Amino acid sequence: MKFLRLMPGKGEVVLAEGDPRLSEDEELLVEEFRKQLDAGMWAAVPVTKGASGRREAIMVHDFAEIPEGTERVIFFPRAAGG
Amino acid sequence: MSAPAFVVLALIALALGAYVASGELRAVHRRRRLARPARRPQERVDPGVERRAELKARALLRSIVNPEEWQMYEDLGFIRVIGHGPEARDGHLARDPDAALAASGFSFLIYPHKPIVAYLPGSNSLLSEYCVEFPDRSERLYGPRLPDSDDVLAKWMMIKADEERLLRGANMHLPGRQVDPQRVRRDLWRLAEWERGRAARTAQRQRSEA
Repeated sequence: MKFLRLMPGKGEVVLAEGDPRLSEDEELLVEEFRKQLDAGMWAAVPVTKGASGRREAIMVHDFAEIPEGTERVIFFPRAAGG
Repeated sequence: MSAPAFVVLALIALALGAYVASGELRAVHRRRRLARPARRPQERVDPGVERRAELKARALLRSIVNPEEWQMYEDLGFIRVIGHGPEARDGHLARDPDAALAASGFSFLIYPHKPIVAYLPGSNSLLSEYCVEFPDRSERLYGPRLPDSDDVLAKWMMIKADEERLLRGANMHLPGRQVDPQRVRRDLWRLAEWERGRAARTAQRQRSEA
């Protein structure tokens, strides 16, 4: 699983990478997830709907909400009214 | 004291006074310079950095959105996303995008760094503009703006994942405040032409495969 953050002037940046099935990696990922949310980021997971094959996205607010088998979690700044 | 001796003494006193005063002035200048905060070295931004960031952002967008949405963005410069109408939200029509489009009630056009435009797909009536940004206040060197395609991706993910939250947080305006309605109507016409062309090409390919 990779944690990517959308950043000005850089595009996406890899924040952390690991296999959540390994406890050491999971710890690292959980810590990074919290750090990003504390920094005011939102987290989204790109998903593919099984039956239709359509690509969608879900917002996650806790590490436990990340679906199993997720390859990428995208962090991006919170939305603000323009 | 004779006049010449007085003049010589006066000149010596003047020279000494000037020397002492210049030393004092130098000391004051030095103290002021040290008291001033150190100026940061000039930050030079590579002019190609934005372009490289945008190329990365485009690659990421392409890997996340649906293939026809990516093609739409590449060809037309925006993405049309079908709104989650009540029936579409229930998932009954998720397999058929056209049916979902008809049932959803409204759709959105996502432009990079411009408001999201909501419209009725049947009549192409423009409903409203939703002004929303994703400013990254922590980034000082490049400013708060995401690359264009990352801005589109963030809007796409929000609409797909939590449309109501996005629209609740956005500033809603009547059409025409920031995006020219003529341009939107022209884009909707371009989109219709693009979809017709795409459908024709798909049909042709299916015929040739059969």
